[in-house]
Amino acid sequence: MSSTNDTKADMVGDVATDPTAPLLEVDNLHVEFRIEDGTVRAVNGLSYMVGRGETLAILGESGSGKSVSAQAVMGILDTPPGYVTEGSVKFRGVELFKPGKKKGTFDHAVPEVRGTRIAMVFQDALTSLNPVFTVGWQIGEMFRVHQGASRKEAKEKAIEMMERVKIPDARERVNAYPHEFSGGMRQRVMIAMSLSLNPDVLIADEPTTALDVTVQSQIMELLGELQQETGMGLILITHDLAVVAEVADRVVVMYAGRRMERGGIDDIFHRPSHPYTLGLMDSIARPDVHLDRLKPIPGSPPDLLAIPSGCPFHPRCSYAKNRCATDVPELETVDGQHASACFYWKEVQVEL
Amino acid sequence: MTDNGKNANVPDQSPDPSSEAPTSPDPSGEEPTLYADTVSEYLPQDPVAAASDEASQRERFRQSPGMDVGLEDMPRTASLWGDAWRQLRRRPMFIISAILIAILVVISFFPGLFATHDPRDCNLIDSLLLPSSEHWFGTDLQGCDYYSRTLYGTRVSISIGILSVFFITIIAVVGGSVSGYYGGKVDSIIGRITDIWFVIPTILGGIVILSLVRTRGIVTVSLVLIVLGWATLLRLVRSSVLAVKANDYVEAARAMGASNTRIIMRHVLPNAIAPVIIVSAIYVGVIIAAEAALSFLGVGLQLPAISWGLMISTAQQRIITAPYLLVFPGAFLSVTVFSFILMGDALRDALDPKLR
Repeated sequence: MSSTNDTKADMVGDVATDPTAPLLEVDNLHVEFRIEDGTVRAVNGLSYMVGRGETLAILGESGSGKSVSAQAVMGILDTPPGYVTEGSVKFRGVELFKPGKKKGTFDHAVPEVRGTRIAMVFQDALTSLNPVFTVGWQIGEMFRVHQGASRKEAKEKAIEMMERVKIPDARERVNAYPHEFSGGMRQRVMIAMSLSLNPDVLIADEPTTALDVTVQSQIMELLGELQQETGMGLILITHDLAVVAEVADRVVVMYAGRRMERGGIDDIFHRPSHPYTLGLMDSIARPDVHLDRLKPIPGSPPDLLAIPSGCPFHPRCSYAKNRCATDVPELETVDGQHASACFYWKEVQVEL
Repeated sequence: MTDNGKNANVPDQSPDPSSEAPTSPDPSGEEPTLYADTVSEYLPQDPVAAASDEASQRERFRQSPGMDVGLEDMPRTASLWGDAWRQLRRRPMFIISAILIAILVVISFFPGLFATHDPRDCNLIDSLLLPSSEHWFGTDLQGCDYYSRTLYGTRVSISIGILSVFFITIIAVVGGSVSGYYGGKVDSIIGRITDIWFVIPTILGGIVILSLVRTRGIVTVSLVLIVLGWATLLRLVRSSVLAVKANDYVEAARAMGASNTRIIMRHVLPNAIAPVIIVSAIYVGVIIAAEAALSFLGVGLQLPAISWGLMISTAQQRIITAPYLLVFPGAFLSVTVFSFILMGDALRDALDPKLR
């Protein structure tokens, strides 16, 4: 990995990339955790794609498999107990997974893409930064490991990156330790680190959840600006509808490791066609809709050890009929890219 | 930065009665003497002066040539250990233990420099003399100069202590990090072996093994103490590595494309090593005490070797008539063990980045 960004658009591992293919294409991804109590099916057939300069939001409650799917794509699942059991992940047309040692599982086969092509930002930036090294050292490490930069070069580049993510007094702060930064600044450091090698895709796993609201919007703004500069694809994993509404181009709504609905931002927010999406919309305050009381979704997310038969959402769904408990609904096109995994999406739309 | 200045200034971790003494702030120059440096820690200082002093120290540190040139590994050690060092040299606990250990190490390497007599040139006419200007610590039954013998005894204790702990630490760090980081089968195997070792009491095991050996020197005794002593420290490393491994920054490092070796060396060990260093320092004291105990019980070093354990063992027969024969080697032993334990404590405070 000694080469720089000039040689990008050609090789990933020893395979040439296809410049016409989408940046990242995830198809029918299945992830499970094999633990003593049984098999936790965390992701069950997730598919999505991200193009250049595009922001895809993966929306879901805690335990819907959104973070696990990101870890699987990055190839940083804890194995055992976590295994990718089916599916394909392609970076610019190059398949990243190959059948693993254990039968029926797949391993991430192209570790070189980590950090250089696909990078990741984590939820809690304090715990995601190594407490014993200065932030400058940690950002600089990326250049030293992947580009063979010298100590001095790495430090200069670290300062440059810190300036890019708008950390004030970068030259002074480069020698500070993570705990000497505020939450928002730490997240900026984390972003600087992730973006240091100019990745094509950035996966941001709840990047603003640990921050307060004003800082949240600053960080999202920063991500947006950086995306404009670099044209990277951004995958935003979140449970925060407000953040999604602000930045996403397209949305995938996940429940129990499955896609419930997918579509453009307007489709999801103005024409939700799945009872779950509708439930999510009703459970938050919206400035454009006046409600006396918010309507939470009844019940709780499913136990992934025993996902309900048929549509996993049917025990909590007010539209559910007998059929929902037995048949698994496939994704049906609503119009264009907008698709819903509900037998009765037309009824859901009628209600709007 | 401000954290640093603030913290170094508050001697809250080491409350000491001398702080109440009505003394004026230490107006020390560039080269503070040991005494002044030690005491100034306790004295009320002008916070502004102290902060700017800290800042200038930082500045000097940053500009020092080691910061910008040299090996790949240098900056890491400079940032982690550099900060610990700045912290340490302000701590009386560290200064006292470091000086004691330094003196003991020098004595153990060059006992002849300090000894007044040849410890093996004994004269039975001088048997059991009381401490005097000629024989500072008196003489033993054989008429040997007890002061010189005590000094020569340092060599045995220090070499066995440091030699054993050095190898114990290597075994523990390698075994513990492999076991903790990779987990699974490797962990089970190492874990079971450790469990089995864990139930062997060091002294009892030492008696059994050493009584089978005919000639017992420093190397033999060290070897036995290494064989018996690694399990505790390996467990510590393993648990420390397990705790660090669960941190998000390890996952983040993987997501950034770091290899397993790199993650262990750069992210796991630097964060897991502090308790290991602390316990290792304390362990030197423990091993020295164990050697003395084994020698005392007659299964450690053998005469004519000179060792505190042997001296204490011989002294017990004349504890009433010549108590100084017990007191001097006993005091040296206690001070040595104490210094290493004190050093361990000082390191613990300095190596915790959150205390900075």
